[in-house]
Amino acid sequence: MKATHRAVVLAAVLAVLALAPAPGNRALAVKPDEMLADAAMEARAREISKGLRCLVCQNQSIDDSDAELARDLRILVRQRLKAGDSDEAVFRFVVDRYGDFVLLKPPMKPVTYILWFGPLLILLGAMAVLVFFFIRRRGTPITASPALSEDDLARLEALLDGDRDEREEP
Amino acid sequence: MRLVYIIPLAVFATVAAAFGVGLTLKPNIVPSALIDKPVPEFTLAGLPGAEVELAEGFSSADLRGRVSIVNVFASWCFPCRIEHPLLMRLARNPKVRIFGLNYKDRPEDARAWLKELGNPYHRIGVDREGRIAIDWGVYGVPETFIIDAGGRIRYKHVGPITPSDLDEIIVPIIDRLSE
Repeated sequence: MKATHRAVVLAAVLAVLALAPAPGNRALAVKPDEMLADAAMEARAREISKGLRCLVCQNQSIDDSDAELARDLRILVRQRLKAGDSDEAVFRFVVDRYGDFVLLKPPMKPVTYILWFGPLLILLGAMAVLVFFFIRRRGTPITASPALSEDDLARLEALLDGDRDEREEP
Repeated sequence: MRLVYIIPLAVFATVAAAFGVGLTLKPNIVPSALIDKPVPEFTLAGLPGAEVELAEGFSSADLRGRVSIVNVFASWCFPCRIEHPLLMRLARNPKVRIFGLNYKDRPEDARAWLKELGNPYHRIGVDREGRIAIDWGVYGVPETFIIDAGGRIRYKHVGPITPSDLDEIIVPIIDRLSE
């Protein structure tokens, strides 16, 4: 096999490896025995679970977490759906017990206004400061730097000459 | 000095103060959503094979009429072992009754635990599936709730109780609720 052929084969193998799903992505926290037979309802349960924080590991949703409590809550979410609850009712059921913190997307209400609008306020504040400085700078005229005095010119000449001498020396 | 030059300093001071306060918070302790709410409705079976009182179990109705403590514990939970002597001490306080919620535990293990360490509980309810604990918003063991005589949850402590938690927080709340 020629070197170019080998390179092509290698490139193809690498491309296939890159496109194949990583093994980690296939390992679900949701176990088959938890899943609902009704595919549509199971899809709703997955979506709801993705929005609920696992309080044991905090930065994972219960859909991602292997914690025992996350499993219990996943099963509970599915039980509520089977009992005929709407998605909102399931969220409310969990929030009633664990508080707003259990929601990965915080709700919009007076106590969370600073969370939702804080970044916007900081941006507006920063823009106000910038605009203020630009307006002020435009107001001040740019003054030309004063011309060099006789003494300065003489010093400059001397420096430049010295430089030239040095460079001419072999 | 011109006033505008103070702005960056003021912004820095504000951010530093916010982060400073943030460092003193404990993000692993989630405040209970049930504070000042009535205890959830439940009935729990007792510990099978235990002495008569503990075999009886308890329900939400038992938590009314007097100040009570509900302590979530399990024999497999190491921090529970640390707080156990303090529960024994609290059990001698006549103002309060302690109820144990035995979380996802085997009855024989729970019995052995009580035999070894002593029983601070007035009643024990066994929650093998952990389903009742979810109604209480429990997310770890141990957790301890203080319930007033009206059956309302007034305080929740997450993690093992330390001597200072008991003397400076829990007992004063019990005293206040007993007045």
